[in-house]
This record gives sequence, C-alpha cells and structure tokens, in this order.
Amino acid sequence: MRHLIIGTGPAGVIAAETLRGHDSEAEILLLGDEPETPYSRMALPYLLANNVGETGTYLRPDPKHFQARRIQVQRGRAASVDSQAHTVTLEQGEQLDYDRLLIATGSHTVKPPIPGMDLDGIENCWTLADARAIAQRAQPGQQVVLMGAGFIGCIVLEALVARGVALTVVEREPRMVPRMMDQNGGELLKRWCESKGVRVHTGTQVDAIKADPERLSLTLGDGGMLEADLVVCATGVRPNIAFLEGSGIETDVGILVDEHLRTSAPDVYAAGDVAQGPVFNGGQREVHAIQPTAGDHGQVAALNMAGVDTVYGGSLAINVLNTLGLISSSFGQWQGVPGGDSASALNGEEFKYLRLEFDGDFLVGAIGLGLTQQVGILRGLIQTRVNLGQWKKELLRDPHQIVHAYLECNTSAEAAA
Amino acid sequence: MQKALLIDPEKCTSCLQCELACSHQHTGMFNPVQSRIRVFEFEHGARAIPYTCTQCEAAWCLHACPVQAITVNAATGAKQVDADRCVGCKVCTVACPYGTINYEAHTGKVAKCDLCGGEPQCAVACPTGAITVSDPDTATHAINPLLLGRGATA
Repeated sequence: MRHLIIGTGPAGVIAAETLRGHDSEAEILLLGDEPETPYSRMALPYLLANNVGETGTYLRPDPKHFQARRIQVQRGRAASVDSQAHTVTLEQGEQLDYDRLLIATGSHTVKPPIPGMDLDGIENCWTLADARAIAQRAQPGQQVVLMGAGFIGCIVLEALVARGVALTVVEREPRMVPRMMDQNGGELLKRWCESKGVRVHTGTQVDAIKADPERLSLTLGDGGMLEADLVVCATGVRPNIAFLEGSGIETDVGILVDEHLRTSAPDVYAAGDVAQGPVFNGGQREVHAIQPTAGDHGQVAALNMAGVDTVYGGSLAINVLNTLGLISSSFGQWQGVPGGDSASALNGEEFKYLRLEFDGDFLVGAIGLGLTQQVGILRGLIQTRVNLGQWKKELLRDPHQIVHAYLECNTSAEAAA
Repeated sequence: MQKALLIDPEKCTSCLQCELACSHQHTGMFNPVQSRIRVFEFEHGARAIPYTCTQCEAAWCLHACPVQAITVNAATGAKQVDADRCVGCKVCTVACPYGTINYEAHTGKVAKCDLCGGEPQCAVACPTGAITVSDPDTATHAINPLLLGRGATA
C-alpha cells in the first residue's frame, strides 16, 4: 500500500503518523513545497516576537522523527492529479503514483487587488520565509502598517508590537476579528489596542500604495494617508485547490469531503484548511481553517485510508487569540441561532466580556474576553450537548456561573447513568 | 495510561489544601490562583467539587498542540507540558473540552496537572480522601469521547 500525502502542515503530518500507527508496512510519502522542516504557521508570530527560534516552530522537534517512522519527506509542488490513473504530477514533471491520496495543501494568502501591492516592503506573514523577511525589516521604531485585523492579523499584531515597531492597523470590516468577535468584543479589543499605543482604523481599507523615495505611502478609503517603512498584509487566505482543476475532484470554497474525509474521487481524501467538511451542528459543509480541525481531519482521514472505518463527528469553530495580553476566545455559533436565547456580561472597564448563546437548553456558542481559566468547558458544553436544564436559567442571570453549571450537569449526568 | 486522580466530591470539605499543595509543588509558593486543581463551591460552600485534568485517553490538548509541547509521561501516563517548547498559542485551552489546561499570563505558557511525577501532592494533602490516585477508568467527570464524534478513534 502506497500512501501519498500532499502537504506537510499539521493535517498531513498527523495523517502520516496515524497511518504508520495502523500499518507498519505501508509506504508513506509526505510531499511539501517549502524548503523547510515541517513547521507550524501558528508558531510564526512567536518566532517574530523572538520568543522561540526556528526550531521552536517545528511540528516535531526530534530531527529523526520522520525517519524513525519511515515517513519519507520529499520536496515538490503538485501540479495536477489524475484520479483515474492514481497519479500526481509535480511542477517539475515528476509523476508519483499512489494507492491512497491525501490532499492537505492548506491555504495561500490573498492580497487585495489594489495598486502597489507588489512593491518592495510589502510582506505577507504566512510562511517561515515571510517571517524571516518581516524580522529583517520590522526593527524598533519603524513605521509598520498591518492590513487586516482578522485572526491572523491580530496574532501578527502582537508579534509586531513585541518587536518595538510603531504600528497602525487597518481593517476593512467595522470591527477587529469580525469572524470571531461581535461588536462588543471587537470594540473592547480596539480600545485595548489603542490603550497600548497601536493606532486602529476600522471600517476602511487601503485603496492604493505608492513608493516614495524613502517610504511607502498608503491611501485609505476614508481619505486618510499613512506612511510606512513596512506593510504587512494579512487580508485573508484561500484553500490551495487550483491544481485540482480538471481532476474531477469536487470543490467549492475548499475540497468537498464527506464524513469519512473522502473527496468525490475514489481513494482521494482531503484534510485540514483545504477541506470543506462536515460541521458539528449538521449544517452546510464548511472550511474551518483551525489547528484542532486540521488535527482531527488528519487523524480521521488517515484511519479511513488505513481501512479503519471512522466517522468524523464534524468540526466546531473554536478560536483563541492573545492581543497584547488581552485573551479572547470564541466557540461555535456565537452569533446565536433563530429562536435561541442569549446571555452576556460586559465589563468594559476591566476588558471582560462573556456571551453565551443557547438553543433550547443547550449551549451552541460563546465568546469570551479576558477569560483564561477553564475556557475549554465552553467547547465541552457545546460539543457534548450537555442539557443544562435548570442551570440555563441561572446562566441567563449570570453567565459567569458557567463552570459551576458544567460541573453540576456532568456530575449529575454520571449519577443518572 | 497508568495513573489518574480519582475525585469524590462527596468527601470534599472545601479546605483548599489541595490548591495550596499544588501551587507549592509547581511554583514554590502557596498561591491557590496558580493551582492546577481548583475547588468549586456550591450553595455558599455547602458543597464543593475539586476539579482537574483526568489525563483522558483522547488527549485533546496533546493533539491540538501545533509544536508537540505536550507529551505523555511514560511512567505515569500524565499528559505534561514542556514549558520550554510551549509557545503560548493557547489552542489547547480551547480544544480541551474539560477546560483543565489553562493559560498563565505570568509565564506566557499553559499549565495543567502533571500528576507531580507520580505522587500527586493534592492527593497527599487532602485530609478527607476526596482526592486519591486511582485507575483512570473509574475517574469522575470523564466525558465519553464518543460524544465528541471521534467514533472509532477514541
């Protein structure tokens, strides 16, 4: 049995390890297109902040990790897949055949289509090479403009401030991290950042960038102008699916996969940020480009590839972010559901916020700001569908009783069982 | 997995000796805020539930870690954080459905119960036997991983 995995991110690496765990004989080839030891993009901001060195970003610290598991790591970029012939052709022309294929190609960054984006001094923060380039330019006192205050932008924000630059953030949406924070949360984050000396423009975008002799000059949609020594672009990412054109593998935003992480083509699976798969609450398939989903996808896909029939229970959107010391987290359907109930506790002065969303007696979503203790139980309550019963009334009154509700509901559930 | 804490809330008097012992073991100070076991009181202290990691088989924290900073202690089975390797991304804190791995702002890392290398100090300190060291299969608060949709992977 020959397993080919395209992509050396968490989904690909965990899949390779899982395959080896279930089949000591199989050939396992892990294909990656970056000239690096498999590393975590999650860790790049900590590299930029000088908290860790490059080895600290590696997915597996042991240099012999892959060799010891007889996982062959090869450099190359897939150009096309022929799912009938069971072959993958690389950009250099080499052809690889497979019995089972896992596509875990992740995402690529998308730059906004505005004049000047290809100028020198504009960097993404997505790859290890990007991080090296930013580290070279982002020196203390330099003027840096960060385009995009989404999840990735906000992680980068923290690292840039740690490097001592003078930072201005521009976010097109009306609030920071719009896909994980509501208006209250976004406002608190913005006020917090401003109190730490970061200038934040929301509800406007960079319309054009020009090169002055010394610096970059940015024109904003609201008419404002900014100058920058360095522009870091974090305006979004998209799944890497272009190479699948003509392959017959069905795609939408990402590669469509079923509850076994199978694509529409036989013997082809997809996992991680590139996969558009089942979600926990049974709605439309979605791309949940988060680390826990990548890990779960990689594991479940590999089990099925190895012949261990495994059904994936669906992913839940969970995120956690540290913005200059203010910790925010969001879980599931934090926007609420039709006919559901909502509870929130906001303390703007202390930058604390907790919002809970219910569907009947079940928690379906949550937002937390300034909370670091026992936050995982929000996932537990949502994903194990704990019937809150009497506790729901209590939580509507005081959302901070959430740990107590969790402990009581779980203890009594066991007593009943 | 060899060891886990067995918690019997019925026997807990909320004396908080466990929190003191845990914080002392891990930080050298008696500071319950830094304890990895926490006692939650109900009805104004009439009842209490000591709560910490069950070293669950699913090991959500370990699988969620992007840089392999959480590993299994071969001797005790504890899932333990390698503080040198932890970058502080906190993904484990939202991935653990029990909420028993937490971020500590003063270290910039996460912390969780590590069973103190095999001799959990909370259990040693507990005067009523509410916390003992036991077979993990009988530990309380264990959520069936099947409910989380892991199916055959559990």
